[in-house]
Amino acid sequence: MSGQPGSDPVTCDVVVVGGGPAGVAGALTAARRGLRVVLLDSGARLGGQYFRHPAVAVRPGTAGFDRFVRQARALDRQARVLLRHQVWAVSRDDDLVVHCLAPGGGAVTVRCRGLLIATGAHDRALPFPGWDLPGVLTAGGAQALLKGDGVVAGRRIVVAGTGPFLLPVGAGLAGAGARVLGVFEAGGGLGLARHPLPALARAGEAAGYALALARHRVPYRTRRAVVAAHGERELEAVTVARLDRDWNVLATRRIACDTLAVGYGFVPQIDLGVQLGCDTRADVDGSPVLAVDGAQRTSVEGVWAAGEPTGVGGWRLAELEGRIAGLAIAAHAAPDAPAAGRVTEALIRRRGRLRAFGRALQEAYPVRPGWRGWLRDDTLVCRCEEVPLGRIREALRLGATDARSVKLLARPGMGWCQGRVCGYAVARLAGEPPGPPRRPVVQPVSLGTLAEPPHPLSWKDLP
Amino acid sequence: MPDLIVIGAGVVGAACAHYAARAGLDVTVIDRGPVAGGTTGAGEGNVLVSDKEPGPELDLAVLSRRLWRALAEDAGPGGFEYEPKGGLVVAETPEIQRRLAALAALTAASGVEHTVVAGEDLRGYEPHLAGGLAGGVHYPQDAQVQPMLAAARLLGHGSIRLRTDVTVTGFTRSGERVTGVRTDRGDLTGDAVINAAGTWGGEIAALAGVELPILPRRGFILVTEPLHRPLVRHKVYTAAYVTNVASDAAGLETSAVVEGTPAGTVLIGASRERVGFDRTTSVPVLSRLAAQAVALFPALRDVRVIRSYCGFRPYCPDHLPVIGPDPRAPGLYHACGHEGAGIGLAPASGHLLAQVLTGRRPELDLRPFRPDRFEPALRPDRFEEPA
Repeated sequence: MSGQPGSDPVTCDVVVVGGGPAGVAGALTAARRGLRVVLLDSGARLGGQYFRHPAVAVRPGTAGFDRFVRQARALDRQARVLLRHQVWAVSRDDDLVVHCLAPGGGAVTVRCRGLLIATGAHDRALPFPGWDLPGVLTAGGAQALLKGDGVVAGRRIVVAGTGPFLLPVGAGLAGAGARVLGVFEAGGGLGLARHPLPALARAGEAAGYALALARHRVPYRTRRAVVAAHGERELEAVTVARLDRDWNVLATRRIACDTLAVGYGFVPQIDLGVQLGCDTRADVDGSPVLAVDGAQRTSVEGVWAAGEPTGVGGWRLAELEGRIAGLAIAAHAAPDAPAAGRVTEALIRRRGRLRAFGRALQEAYPVRPGWRGWLRDDTLVCRCEEVPLGRIREALRLGATDARSVKLLARPGMGWCQGRVCGYAVARLAGEPPGPPRRPVVQPVSLGTLAEPPHPLSWKDLP
Repeated sequence: MPDLIVIGAGVVGAACAHYAARAGLDVTVIDRGPVAGGTTGAGEGNVLVSDKEPGPELDLAVLSRRLWRALAEDAGPGGFEYEPKGGLVVAETPEIQRRLAALAALTAASGVEHTVVAGEDLRGYEPHLAGGLAGGVHYPQDAQVQPMLAAARLLGHGSIRLRTDVTVTGFTRSGERVTGVRTDRGDLTGDAVINAAGTWGGEIAALAGVELPILPRRGFILVTEPLHRPLVRHKVYTAAYVTNVASDAAGLETSAVVEGTPAGTVLIGASRERVGFDRTTSVPVLSRLAAQAVALFPALRDVRVIRSYCGFRPYCPDHLPVIGPDPRAPGLYHACGHEGAGIGLAPASGHLLAQVLTGRRPELDLRPFRPDRFEPALRPDRFEEPA
C-alpha cells in the first residue's frame, strides 16, 4: 500500500467491480491473503443478477445461496464494500483509476494496482412487434423484481425466449403466486430430456425447476416463441408461434396475458475491459468476451476478469473463476509468498469441466436467424431512439456496411441504454456478429459531477 | 471505365462525387469501410463562417455555406437535418468582446453577416446563458447538418457507383500519369482520381509517391441525454475556440462549444490535441469539456452525459485544406486535410474540383490550397533548418 494514513489518496491492492458470485469470491480470496480490497457494486445489496438478495425476507433454497451469503458477510469484515457505486470509467496513469458515482451523485475515484472485472451479464433481447409495450419485461427484469423487491411482476404471465434461465424465472413466478400461462422455449429438441444429464444432475437445479413448473401446472413448450405483443396502452395479449428449427413461424395462436417475461440468453458486460484495451474473443454464440489466460488475467497488465465477462457459464463457474482470479492476484502482489495459496490443478480441472458445461448449454440454446422474420418495417428495433426496422434497412441501402455505420446513419444504440438492449439485433441485421462495445461513458454521469474534481478514496475511507 | 474515381466515402468524397456526377462525369466512389466511417462519423456537422479570419478558407466557407443551403433545398424532407440555426460567439471580458467585434467587421467584406450583441442582450438569443459575459457576436449564416446522413444523401445521386469495403493498395500509372487505383478487390482504371481520404489522405498520397503532411488532431465530444425542451438554440462557443482552431500546438487545448441537435441531445466540444490515432478516452479532457459547458450554461449542471466519442481531424500545418490537381502526379487530385471544417467546406471543395475536372475555371482561386505547397523549395516563409 502506498500513501500515508489519513486523508491522502490511497492506492489499494485490488478493486473488484461487481458484487455477484465472481466478484465476491475474488474479493474475499484476495482479502484473506492480506490484500487491501475495495469492492464496488451498483446495486443496493450484494448478489448480482443471480444471488440478488431479497429485500424483505431471506428465501433460502436457491442452490449455493447460503454459501454466497456467508461469503458476503465475511467480505464485509475483510474488505471495503461500496454499494450503490456506479463505475463509469477506468483509466490508467501510474495506477489504475476507477471512476465511479457515489449514492449521492458525487464523483469518487479509487486508485488501485489490480482490477478484477466481474461485471456479469445482462439479458439479451430480440425485437418483435409490440415489445415496447408496458408489461413486457426481460426475463432477468422479472426475476429482479421478484428476488430483489419481492414483487410479482404480473398476474397472468407468459415466459418466453431461449435458454435454461427461463426455468427458474417461470418456477419463481409460479411459486410466488402468479399464474404462469406457459414457458415457451424457442429452441427445440434438446429441451430438458436430452441435456448433458450428468452435468445437470450435478447442477441439480433444472430438474427441480421442472418439477416446480409441473406442480403449478405450467406448460413448458419447445419450438415456441412470442412473436408479437398486443395491447392499446399496455400488454393485453401475445402471439405465440410454433417455429421450425431456424425459428421461422409455422403457426400462431393468441394468449391473453398482462405480463411477458422474455429473454434470449445473456450479453456479457465487458465495457470496462474494452475501455482499457483488453483483448476480446468471440464466445460460442459470437458475442465478444474478454480473453483471459489460465489465471484469469486479461491482455492488459494488472487487469483480471472473472465470470460472465469471460464467457457465459453460470454462477458456479463465475464463483470459481473469481476464486482463481483472487488467488492469482494475491500471488502477483506477493510473488515470494508461500505456495499454499496458489491456484491448484484441482481448481483448474474443475473450471475446465464447468466451462465445458457452459459451452454445451450455449450450444444447446443458440439464437437462430428466423427471428428477423417476426419484424415488420415499423417494428422498433431501438426503443431509446425509436428506430424502426425500416430505417435500419434504409441505412443499409445508403451505404452502411456494419453495425457502427447503421448507428451513425439511423441512430439505433445512440440513446439512453447505449445499445445494450438493441446491440445484438442491430449487429445481426447489419450482417455481422456483435462487436466489442465502445462505451467511454459506461453509466450516465451529470455534467456537474463530471466537471468537479472527484473525491479520491483515502485511508480513512478504508476499514 | 469511370471518368472519375473518388477515394473516400466521407462527406468530402461524397461532395466531390456529387458535383462531378452532376457535371455529367461517370463516378465511382470507393472506401475501405462504410459511408462516413472516418472523421465524418465523429463530427458535429458544423457549417461555420464565424470561426475564420478573412482569407482563402473563409471564402471557401462562404461559398460552401451557400451550396449547403441549395443542397438541403434539393434534398427535401428526406434530407440531412440541415438547420440554419446561427452561431453565437461569446466573450468573457470587454477586451475579448472588442476583438471579436473587430474580427466580425473584417469578415463582413467576405460576405459574412453578423450582429454585435451587448452583454445584457445575450439572453435574448440564449435564455440559459450564464450571467456576467461581456457580450458576443451573432452569425445568422452558421448552420448544422447531420454529417453522416449528408454524406449518404450526396452519394445517392443516381449515377454514382459506391463500393464500400474496398481498400486502396496503390495506383496504376502510365509513365508519371495516374491511370487508376489498385485495390484489394482488383484494379480500377479511371481518367482521374480524387484523394478524399481525410485524415488518412497523407497515406493515400504516399501510395502515389507524393507527400501531404496531414496529421490527426484528436477531439472528444460529449453527448447528453435527450432534453424535452431545447436548452441551447444556437451553436454557442467562446472566443477561445477561434484561437484554438488557429493554433499549432500539439498539446491539449479545449474551449467550450455547445449546441443542441434535432434528436434533443446537446453536443459539447471541443478539444484539440495531437496524439496520433490514440482512441483511449481521457477522463481529464471530458472533465474539462464538462466544466466549460457548465460555466457557459449553468442549467446543464444536472443534465447527464450518456455518451462520448472521439475523432481525428485531418490537420495540415498551415490549417488550409489541400484541394486541386497534384502537379507531381498528373491525374491525381486531392480534397483532404480540412481539419475540423470538413463538413462545412465539403460542397465548395467538390464543386471547385468538378469545375476543374470539366475544364472550367474554378469559381475561387485554388492556389492557396495547392497540394505541392508544402515542398520545402516552394514554401515562401520557410525557416532555415539546422544542418
